[in-house]
Amino acid sequence: MKKILPGLFRRGLFALAGVAISAGAILALAAGQIAAQQKTVKIGFVSTFSGPTAVIGNDMRNSFELALDHLGRKMGGLPVEVIYEDDQQKPEVGKQKTEKLIQSDKVDFVVGYIWSNVLLASLKPVIDSKTFLISSNAGPHQIAGELCSPFFFSSSWQNDQTPQAMGHYMNQKGVKTLFLLGPNYTAGKDMLAGVAATFKGKVIGEELTKWPDQLDFSAELSKARAAKPDAIFVFYPGAAGVQFLTQYAQAGLKGKIPLYTVFTIDSLSLPRQGDLALGVPGVQQWVNDLPNAANKKYVADFKAKHKAYPSFYGAQTYDAANLINSAVVAVKGDLSNKDAMRDEMRKANYASVRGPYKYGNNHFPIQNFYLQDVVKDSEGMLTLKTVATIVENNRDRFHNECPMK
Amino acid sequence: MLLFLEQCLNGLQFGLLLFLLAAGLTLVFGIMDMVNLAHGSLYMLGAYFAATFAALTGSFVLGALLALIATLLVGMAVELIALRRLYGRDHLDHVLGTFGLILFFNELVRLIWGPAGMNLGLPPSLNTFVEILPGVPYPTYRLVIIAVALLVALFLYVVVMRTRIGMLIRAGASNREMVGALGINIKLLYTFVFGLGAALAGLAGLLQAPILTVQIGMGENILIVAFVVVVIGGIGSIRGAFIAAIIVGLIDTLGRSFLPDLLRLMLSKEAAATAAPALSSMLIYLLMAIILVLRPEGLFPASGK
Amino acid sequence: MNVSLDWRNIAVIVVLAVLVALPLYVAVTGDRFMLTLFTRIIILALAAMSLNLILGYGGMMSLGHAAYLGIGGYAVGILAHDGITSGFVQWPIVIAVSALFALVVGSMCLRTRGVYFIMLTLAFAQMAYYIVAGLARYGGDDGLTIYKRSQFAGLIDLSNKVQFYYLCLAFLFGGLYLSRRLINSRFGMVIQGSRSNDRRMQAIGFPTFRYRLAGFVIAGTMCGLAGALLANHTEFVSPAMMYWTRSVDLMVMVILGGMGSLFGPLFGAIALLVFEEALSQVTEYWQIILGPLLLLVVLFARGGIAGLLTSGRHG
Repeated sequence: MKKILPGLFRRGLFALAGVAISAGAILALAAGQIAAQQKTVKIGFVSTFSGPTAVIGNDMRNSFELALDHLGRKMGGLPVEVIYEDDQQKPEVGKQKTEKLIQSDKVDFVVGYIWSNVLLASLKPVIDSKTFLISSNAGPHQIAGELCSPFFFSSSWQNDQTPQAMGHYMNQKGVKTLFLLGPNYTAGKDMLAGVAATFKGKVIGEELTKWPDQLDFSAELSKARAAKPDAIFVFYPGAAGVQFLTQYAQAGLKGKIPLYTVFTIDSLSLPRQGDLALGVPGVQQWVNDLPNAANKKYVADFKAKHKAYPSFYGAQTYDAANLINSAVVAVKGDLSNKDAMRDEMRKANYASVRGPYKYGNNHFPIQNFYLQDVVKDSEGMLTLKTVATIVENNRDRFHNECPMK
Repeated sequence: MLLFLEQCLNGLQFGLLLFLLAAGLTLVFGIMDMVNLAHGSLYMLGAYFAATFAALTGSFVLGALLALIATLLVGMAVELIALRRLYGRDHLDHVLGTFGLILFFNELVRLIWGPAGMNLGLPPSLNTFVEILPGVPYPTYRLVIIAVALLVALFLYVVVMRTRIGMLIRAGASNREMVGALGINIKLLYTFVFGLGAALAGLAGLLQAPILTVQIGMGENILIVAFVVVVIGGIGSIRGAFIAAIIVGLIDTLGRSFLPDLLRLMLSKEAAATAAPALSSMLIYLLMAIILVLRPEGLFPASGK
Repeated sequence: MNVSLDWRNIAVIVVLAVLVALPLYVAVTGDRFMLTLFTRIIILALAAMSLNLILGYGGMMSLGHAAYLGIGGYAVGILAHDGITSGFVQWPIVIAVSALFALVVGSMCLRTRGVYFIMLTLAFAQMAYYIVAGLARYGGDDGLTIYKRSQFAGLIDLSNKVQFYYLCLAFLFGGLYLSRRLINSRFGMVIQGSRSNDRRMQAIGFPTFRYRLAGFVIAGTMCGLAGALLANHTEFVSPAMMYWTRSVDLMVMVILGGMGSLFGPLFGAIALLVFEEALSQVTEYWQIILGPLLLLVVLFARGGIAGLLTSGRHG
């Protein structure tokens, strides 16, 4: 190369190429912003689309898209545009993506958020810009309490609610001593605190594991066995739930110490957990067989399209789309009328697939929780079935700390 | 006491897994004087290959064997195409060049296998437990990992200590120029050693896949721990890597399991809950720092430099 | 240094002019995201510049430089969390803590060389990582949101994006000036001399260890300040900002821009982050391009961008 091009010329060429690439890149960046100024409902969607928990994000996206299809892809007469962003399950990435949605795409709503730590990191820029955020999964106690905001709504639950219901159920079953296991992040701590809040027996051991990278639970399972509890309670969402059930069986604990779970066995993890999940109880605010019209339509259409049962992640996200729609319809597409949209959403005036529910002062649902069991459906596919209602119209235990009325 | 024994076994199993990863790393490091961050990528590829081939052939063992061969080939290809050109450069170039390879392989895996990660199921015969002591069932597969890793250690010992290639490897680790001067085809030796290291990394990756994970970036965390093992053991020393890996595995597992209780005896419950996880994660780095202060060349320096 | 119009100087002038004028462009187009992006670029350029001081000029291959970003960030975050938001308290503490950490780490690591230096700096950074990840009170692994940026008694409003941008730019210019003064001083000569031949420098009578340690501490402190800026910029700190791959990111900026060149880290930070942002809009698989590119730069363009821009002079 040196012999072909004289040094000075060659370097100049490289430099010019470098400058041209940079300039082109900046222009490409700028061009992206200018496009699409016509009136649409712009929704930013932040979830996990890569890594082992991408299945959850995809299920949420599928349900959101299905909801939009059911709505004719319009809300209050305006076409809907959704921008999906991958948070990689990392708080700092989720925050960056959220900021980009707010500042660069100037969205009207932000939806999604599987992980409580990602949501907590992303909350401030959304609230500061007076944009509505609908969490369709994560429900950290901070946002139910001191950090509650007029611009935040939950279409799912507050983290502690589900394990609290499980605590009630374990009391019914006469469990006296309990060993707790969960991942060491916001939601993991909330879940363990939630179960301890209603469980009347004695918690004789508690282990928090590194999240999300620790998937080897051998040391923790050994400790659990050595503690000889009546039961083990775990919270391991996504792929970790599959790992946990496998290792629990490999360690010879299955059938020896009963397992109680929240958010560990769902329609996404079931196919991989297989028979290991049989007989392990769980609690949820929504189950795919709830007998209301909206739910029947949702589950049937989802199954027809994706050849699988939707998960609670999907159901909550389907609800989020309809919640937003109710607000946009109420203001007839005038997206600047935020107060009216907020008033409408507080009524939860739409057909939720979990059945009717109400919003508390902190914009978290007041709702029922059901006991669910793993069964085989008519085609031999593993699925979840409602067994009983554990608590009715349950309200989270942090709403008093929220300054909103 | 039973719990302690069981945790020691858990630690041993983790340590031996680390050894498989560290053995390849230390060979490449010792002989080519090459810092290879992409070793973690080969670990990842091993797991992905195994999951793919096991699904294709329907056999776990066959899938694992094919995966080993595939990682060996990828390793040699990477050496021939890219890394060969980095020998003799300074470590900074190695760090950056191989970091580039990490990015490349992560994205390549995402392109080929998708972002969601994979599943490698065990045959039912391995998905059980053995009662190693009365009242202490232990997963069969973890015992298999221990056995395989010990066999590999033995194999490496024989290869390095008893064969001609091993002699060259040892000679290469202590004096590179001399081996070259003896008229040995050093390029071929390097490619072979790199392939061997890659296969070992692949083995570690596929062995852990059924109990842990097959996902993008899975090698980045454990790679650093493997580097700690290599440095503690002494760069280039297989024996050092073996002993250091077991030490690190035991310290990590026992620390994770007993440090919280130990600290609770001395500190308040709150303080212990804060300090324990941080301290148990830090232990191995502390160990490395102390060992480097006391023995700057690690426990078993390979070279006579 | 006499200024002549070679490619590099032209590029420097253009880049600096663009940086100074950027808020104007944003004011015209209303594209606030560009301001956010470039604030980030400038802060990371400052961090890369501090790494360049020890890596590029001193030959000290620290694989733990991101730890200082985290330490500076967490100093701001923790104080803000506990209600101390005055920058006049926060920032001196940032300087003190990062300098102290650099002093401790440096005095241990600088006794070793080569790969052992790499591994020791990495080990200390990992320890710092696990310490902050263990701070349950301050969010642990989840990180910590900063609800109020540093307050400077009305002198400057850090929540104002333009004011904050110019503050970061001022820090960058300060860093450039300081670097230039340092490199051309006797001090700079000693650490550069020590890189190529430490024994000779010692034989001449320079206590090179102390010089290198001082360089290490200055670099750490500079990076700690960058961390404080970054924390104010993102209003969020998490252990992830000190993970080892972040340290490599900083190294990549230095190498890409041109190691041991004053403006190299700035070029590198701009190139890497703009490349990343633009390419990630074109394809989500952008790293498959970046990875091999990095390898190519290492293999064939050791001087990085600054090296390519330099016309014949250095041959």
